[in-house]
Amino acid sequence: MGGKLFRNVSFLSATLSFFILLGIFVILFHYAQDAMHTFGWDFLRIDQWEPGEDDEGGVFGGLIPIAGTLLTTLIAMVIAVPLSMGIAIFLTEIAHKNLVKPVGVAIELLAAIPSIIYGMWGLFYFAPIIQHTFGGNGVGLLTAGIVLAIMIIPFMAAITRDAMNTTPPVLKESAYAMGATTFEVVKDIVMPYAKGGIIGSIILALGRALGETMAVAFLIGSVFKFPSKITDPTTSIPVLLANNFSEAQDLELSSMYLLALLLFVVSFIIISLAKFYFLGRGVK
Amino acid sequence: MNRLMLNRLILLLSTASAVIGIGFLLWILTTLVFKGISSTHLSTFTHDLVNGGIRNLIVGQFTMALLATLIAVPLGVMAGIYLREYSQSPKLAATLRNLSDVMMSAPSIVIGVFVYALFVDPFGGYNGWAGSIALAIMMVPIIIGTTDNMLALVPKELREAGIALGGSKHKIILQIVLRAAKVGITTGILLSFARIIGETAPLLFTSANNQFFTMDMSGQFPSLTVSIYNLATYPDAASQDLAWAASFILTVIVLIINLGGRYLTRHKH
Repeated sequence: MGGKLFRNVSFLSATLSFFILLGIFVILFHYAQDAMHTFGWDFLRIDQWEPGEDDEGGVFGGLIPIAGTLLTTLIAMVIAVPLSMGIAIFLTEIAHKNLVKPVGVAIELLAAIPSIIYGMWGLFYFAPIIQHTFGGNGVGLLTAGIVLAIMIIPFMAAITRDAMNTTPPVLKESAYAMGATTFEVVKDIVMPYAKGGIIGSIILALGRALGETMAVAFLIGSVFKFPSKITDPTTSIPVLLANNFSEAQDLELSSMYLLALLLFVVSFIIISLAKFYFLGRGVK
Repeated sequence: MNRLMLNRLILLLSTASAVIGIGFLLWILTTLVFKGISSTHLSTFTHDLVNGGIRNLIVGQFTMALLATLIAVPLGVMAGIYLREYSQSPKLAATLRNLSDVMMSAPSIVIGVFVYALFVDPFGGYNGWAGSIALAIMMVPIIIGTTDNMLALVPKELREAGIALGGSKHKIILQIVLRAAKVGITTGILLSFARIIGETAPLLFTSANNQFFTMDMSGQFPSLTVSIYNLATYPDAASQDLAWAASFILTVIVLIINLGGRYLTRHKH
């Protein structure tokens, strides 16, 4: 009796993720109807965000926040991927064994620091340096992208390191015995062996960068304008939502739901790709 | 370039990236410690936000995170039990695991929008319950993952011994398997608590914020992280100092909980 109840409750809990994901999609889709009917696919091409007179109607389009999200993510990935790979190689093949544990733990702790801390530090200490070096007013695509990179590096490096660590020592030792250099062992033995885990970690970090709100909110400038150079301020989907969602009404609110839906669907696809194709269970 | 030179170059670049990575992170931490300590006074802890302190914010953030834990732990642990102990179909279990992992990586701001539509808009305004629910949604998949992994480490022989004694399946799970995995699951709960207590985006339009001390979850609820976001963007030095103090204390809380979780499992695995 009790056993059956226990089993059924555990089954319902296990299916909860499915229903929440479905629920998010249905709710966002429902509230985005208004904007979808009004703008259709043009929503992706409109570069305006103009409420109408007396809050009636108005023109809202996703081009600028979508571009801002993609560009900051691109900058972050270009910086973070090589650095994370370097850190993972350092931790698995180069570092003295007394150094592996403390550096590894430091990286993991840094991945635990809340993103709002990175954002605030970036605003007060990093943006002035960017302003001094590249001109502009300090906040913008470049600053947001770099700080985003700093934020995802610990995460990406930790998963890549774990994936590389699954390479059997016997394989590496055989290669070393044949006279291979450390780089050749990494390139020809470790990388092919841990390929799935490494690609998976890159995609997971990509998903995290796309949806990141707070680190970017401080640094992107929150201006609804298409950037013409890399230091220009602009906005991104999460930042637009964070700053304007609570005051929006009617068609503007519906457009916000549509942006949230787009972000959700894109990250769902990206993360599913990472999970179902590249990351087997066990690489964590 | 010969292969030995190439090797040295790559090793140098790898070491350099580790130095750059650690360097940036040390820079962030030292800034946080110096700005934080110089901005933190005794009155920071005894006053509420309205009087220039963060007492109500710390209490509010902990209240919401604890309530989220109360919701998420039973759901997450039960789901983990199903995946590891009951599921007969490896395919279904694999799909449910992947969905849970996908949910773990869903953008936190989207979860905020979802909870707004379900628990804020229909109930007439921002409320602490909605904030807790948003945090719980973020927490459940993390707990599913750790419970699942920790149960997998419990030796099969323990379960067989239980069966040999004539125990029923759920008695064996509750009294033998869960006990054996207790430390690991507790660590997982601590680490997921450390993760959600620093969240900002899911709270922005669910609990919003409150300047005053309150334990009434049906209205706007004080939040440490949302306050940091607001305070840091005010132009006056007093607000910015308070933001640094709040950030410093938040980071200390997160790191202590994290290290505590690691300490628990120091001899295991």
